[in-house]
This record gives sequence, structure tokens and C-alpha cells, in this order.
Amino acid sequence: MPRVGLFIPCYIDQFYPQVGLASWRLLRRLGIEVEFPEEQTCCGQPMANSGCAECTRPLAEKFLRIFGKYDYVVAPSGSCVSMVRNHYAQWLSGREGFDHLRANTFELCEYLVDVARVSKIDGDFPCKVGLHMSCHGLRELRLARSSELMVKPFNKVRFLLGQLRGIEIVELTRPDECCGFGGTFAVNEEAVSCLMGRDRLADHERAGAEIITGFDTSCLMHLEGLIRREKKPLRVMHVAEILEQARLS
Amino acid sequence: MIGHAEKAAPFAANEKRAHWHDQALWFVRLKRDRQAESIPEWEELRQTASAIKAHTLSRIADYLEEFERNATNNRIQVHWACDAAEHNAIVHKILADRGITRLVKSKSMLTEECHLNPYLEARGIEVTDTDLGERIVQLRHEPPSHIVLPAIHLKKEDIGELFHKELGTQAGASDPKYLTEAARGHLRQKFMAAQAGLTGVNFAVAETGGFVVCTNEGNADMGTSLPRVHIACMGFEKLVPRSKDLAVFLRLLARSATGQPVTSYTTHFHGPVRGGELHIVIVDNGRSTILGQETFRRSLSCIRCGACMNTCPVFRRSGGYSYGYTIPGPIGSLLAPLRDPKNFASLPFASSLCGSCSDVCPVKIDLHHELYAFRQDMVRGKRVPLAKRLAMAGMSYVLAQTWAYRLAGGLMRGIVPRMPRALVYGPWNPWGRQRELPPMPRHSARGLIQRDLTQKGAK
Repeated sequence: MPRVGLFIPCYIDQFYPQVGLASWRLLRRLGIEVEFPEEQTCCGQPMANSGCAECTRPLAEKFLRIFGKYDYVVAPSGSCVSMVRNHYAQWLSGREGFDHLRANTFELCEYLVDVARVSKIDGDFPCKVGLHMSCHGLRELRLARSSELMVKPFNKVRFLLGQLRGIEIVELTRPDECCGFGGTFAVNEEAVSCLMGRDRLADHERAGAEIITGFDTSCLMHLEGLIRREKKPLRVMHVAEILEQARLS
Repeated sequence: MIGHAEKAAPFAANEKRAHWHDQALWFVRLKRDRQAESIPEWEELRQTASAIKAHTLSRIADYLEEFERNATNNRIQVHWACDAAEHNAIVHKILADRGITRLVKSKSMLTEECHLNPYLEARGIEVTDTDLGERIVQLRHEPPSHIVLPAIHLKKEDIGELFHKELGTQAGASDPKYLTEAARGHLRQKFMAAQAGLTGVNFAVAETGGFVVCTNEGNADMGTSLPRVHIACMGFEKLVPRSKDLAVFLRLLARSATGQPVTSYTTHFHGPVRGGELHIVIVDNGRSTILGQETFRRSLSCIRCGACMNTCPVFRRSGGYSYGYTIPGPIGSLLAPLRDPKNFASLPFASSLCGSCSDVCPVKIDLHHELYAFRQDMVRGKRVPLAKRLAMAGMSYVLAQTWAYRLAGGLMRGIVPRMPRALVYGPWNPWGRQRELPPMPRHSARGLIQRDLTQKGAK
């Protein structure tokens, strides 16, 4: 049995604990003996995204110290996994255990499809769902084919959701346009960020979505902030929450 | 200098117009998708183009000398300019020595970069931009807002008003066909009267000493066939080694730029018109400095198709002028601060790093990763406000200590819900201007997971 460490991003830990819990329970119910190391905090992405390389270093080192010992690391976040896979080398290149960590850190859906080889998820979810393909999972981890690339279409997240009975994944006009969160971009470029977010919501509404789901709670936090301010009849759920709830029903 | 966010905000605030701008450019992106889809080997073409550019840049000096030899054999006069000032002086001298006072130009972003028009106008030369979009912005005394679609920020009504004032079209007329006919008549006179024509260069070929200019309006062809003097200006990165490389780039360029299979006019120049002169001015203007920077050198592979602008969700909602540089959008957000990091410090941050630009780029410039890397340069150079750097340092300290992180998180979740709304949503909270803050739940995820474990243990 491989040792699997669960990384719960800081903003999920603090603001969306139900997403962390759903990821934990989902993995356990699928027979994966996942562990939650208590010392974990943040992958360092806010600092890295702001260009503050030296502020990122201690967090990258901490991550390696905590998660280096696992066979696999799983996180319900595309952008945090991308941080480890695509950006950590700047601080950790050549360190003992880093190559292993980088090669074995997976986004939750990616782990389920590519490593655990989950091909069937039993459950009902009779709702109209809009799938938000967050950019880092899409273009940095290649969880799906991005609309710019002329290669064979695939979508690992949609594959998992599609297992559920009764679910209707609505068709968006722009299947993978950015929601405008972008980390510190959301506050640095507040005006453009919010307009991007509202445009995404309009696309989901037009398509008839009742729930917007995705694999990055950070984007969903931004969209939910707009939904709640404008009192729209929409809600957001992480993919892990949907998969976990559907299994329970 | 005012940053991108400040200039973008008013553009985005006019939501109706911002949406119109967004839709107009998204339409071009969709056209590009349809054209790219029609080519089974599209991704292979991109890869090949990227490799050709990387190779050419790795031995650019040799290829430039080869080009010069072959161009000279073609009776093309080759001039070298190390910067914008030298470029402008060379062009002016060619014109002044021949007593030329009327110049027609087809689209050239390089001459925009060098601010050639005002330089020549100040020396008594009438310069007419002949690309329709360029002519429109020239009449408005504005720079282009997009490198391929210079007047994309304007509606047909804006142009109707401008042409009424400048070209005497009927007041209130905004029919595109009518306005285009008027522009054609006006430009025809300029072509007939011109003594020299200036063009940009899309691709120069080292092995032949010739070059290619792509337009949709045929204006470059008019401007180089009628007058006896043709001046072509190019940044040195426009070079490709062989003629057959054009087969790769010409298939990518128009499809990426406007979603056309090929530009209406693709003209190959291999020498002057009979009895005329052909000059080519090869410009560095900071390019060799970029070439020397390993992280950013790939930005010189750019073929100026503008696809990164059309796809950029930020550009579509902030407009070309919000970047404040000749080349806007993702590629401009690299090129501008590479030239002038002080004045363009905000541009690497004018991106959500969504990566659409990198996936759409026909020469596979890793645009969003270069922007990410550039942010670190800006912080190292202290071009990011001190307050922001201190905030990040504080945040890093807290997040690095598990106890401090847990304490801070617990305090925040405990206190914020008890604070008066006016205090939470004051002007100091840019997140909360148009958005609600995330929920502040009682328990953290680690708390819930711990409880789950204890309950399981009890069972």
C-alpha cells in the first residue's frame, strides 16, 4: 500500500474546510489510505506569483520536508500542484527527494484517473453543473485539452464527473476562459478581474448551470464572492464535494 | 508612470464597450481556431516554427551577414541601425538626399517603436499610413491599439465621425462599405503623389537576400510599385535561414493573426523596381540585449501575429492603450519592460497567468512563464511597492511557522465575522469592492479531518 499524503491548500483549510474534508473522505472511501500531516500550511504560491522569490523559499523547503517522505502527494488544487511541479525547481533543484516529490505530486482528479485508475464512481448527482476549467490545472497540468491546442480532446475532470448518474454538464460558449482570479491579480487588477469573473458567471447562467464546479477552490472563491454580492441563483462546489456527496446518496 | 491596473479600470468600467471589444477580438480568436483545426499538423508546425526561430537566433550574426551578402547581390542597399535614433536618421537621409517630401507607409510596428512618423514630419516630410486601420488612428493622432487590428478600439460610428471631419464624408454616415470607399479614394491620391514607399518586413530570408511583406489591403504593393524608392525596415529577429522556412511561417501567420488561410497579398521582394532603389534598414534597438538574456530571449521569436492579444482575457477587457507601449498584450508585457523596466514595471503583473497566450502562440513563446519570471526581476529591482514586498514577507513568515499560521487563521475566522460590515468592506479592501469575502467558518479543514479520525477511532 503506497503512502499518500494529502495537501490541503491554506485557503481551503481556512475558508472551505468542507472541500478539504470531502477530499479526505473521498480518497479514503476509494480505499486510499491517505494521511494528513499536521505541519503543512501553504505551498508558497501567493509569494511566488508576486515575484517574491526569497519569501517563497522557506515554504518550498517546508513542503519538501513534510511531504518528501510520501510515495504520493495529492492536493485538491491544480495551481498548488503546478507550483510544486513547474516552479519548485528554482528553490529545490538538486535537493534530496525533490525529483521524487515533483514526479509524484498530483492534483486530486489527476491522481484518481492516472494513478489510482478509478474508472467507475458510483453515485447520483441529478443537477445541471457548469465545469470551470481553472487555468493552471488545464494548461500547466494538462488535466484536459485546452481550446487553443489542436490535439485530441480529453478531460480527466469531466471523465470523473461523467460517471455520476443524472448529472448534466452544461456546454459553455467559452469552455476554458480564465475567471480572472489569478492570485494577487484579483486585487492588483480588481476591475478587470471582476469583469472577467462576471463574464464567466454569465456564460454559466446562459448555459443553465445550477452549480459551478471546478478543481481549484481559489477560482471558485472569486466566483462565489461575485455570486453572493449579486445574489445570483448559483452556487459553487469543488469536484471533490460533488463526487463525495454523490457517493453518499 | 501610471500602471496597467489604473489605465485598465476605466476601460473595464464601461462594461458595454468593454464587452463589445471583448467580443470583437474573441470572434478573431474563434476564426483562428477554425483555421488551425483545418490543419492536421498544426501542432507540428508550431513546434517546427519554434525550433527554426530558436536556431536562427542562436546564430543570428552569421545569418545576418549571409542576408547582407545576398541582398547586396540583389542590388538591395543594406543599412544597419543600432537604435531608434539611428534608424530614423537613416530613413530621413535616404529621403532628404533625394529631395523626397511625400512618403506612403504600409504597416510597420518597428517604425511605431522608433517613432519614425513624428521624426519625419518634424523635418517637413508628409507621411501617410496606408493601412486602413493605421490611417484611421493616424488621422486621430493616436497610436495603434493592437498590432494587427490598429483601430479595433473604435466603432464604425467613431470612424464615420472622423471621416466626416477629415475626408468630408456625409455627416452621420457609418456604413463600412461607404467609409472604406472614401478611404480608398483618399489613399489613392496619396499613392499617386508619393515619391517613396516604406514597408515593414514580415520575414527576411538569409539564403536569398529577399524578404516578404504580408498585407490584406494590397497597400504595400501600391506603395512600392508606384514610387521609385522603397525603404523596408526590419528588426533583426525577422530573419529566417531558408526560403523553405517560409512554408512553415506563412501557414502559421495569417491563420494565427486573423483566422485567414493566408493574407490577401504575400509579396516577395528580391530587388528594386526597374530604375528604382530598394533599401533595407536592419534595426537592433535593444534586441541584442534581450538576446543576451536566457530567460527572455524567446520573446524575440515573435512574428507579430497578435494572437496572444486576441486570446488574452485581460487585453480584451482592458484595451491596447492600457499597456502604454507600441506592442501591447502578453508579448508587449515582456518587450516593454525588457526595454524600460522602470516605466513598465506593472506590465508583468497585468496578467492572470492563465497561459492561453502560450498555447495560442504560433512560435510557442512561453509567454506566461516569462511573465512569471519577470515578476521576480521586478521585485529584485525594487520596482514593486515596498508595502507589497513587506506584506509578502510578513505572510511568508506566518505561513512558514505552523503555529503562527494556525493562530492567525483562527483569529481571522473568529474576528472578521464579528466586525461591522463597514469596517470589513472599507476602501482598503479591494477584494470586497465588487465581491464578498469568503465565508469564515468555525472549523478549519484540519479540524474537521481530526474530528473525522477521532470519530472513526471511537467506532
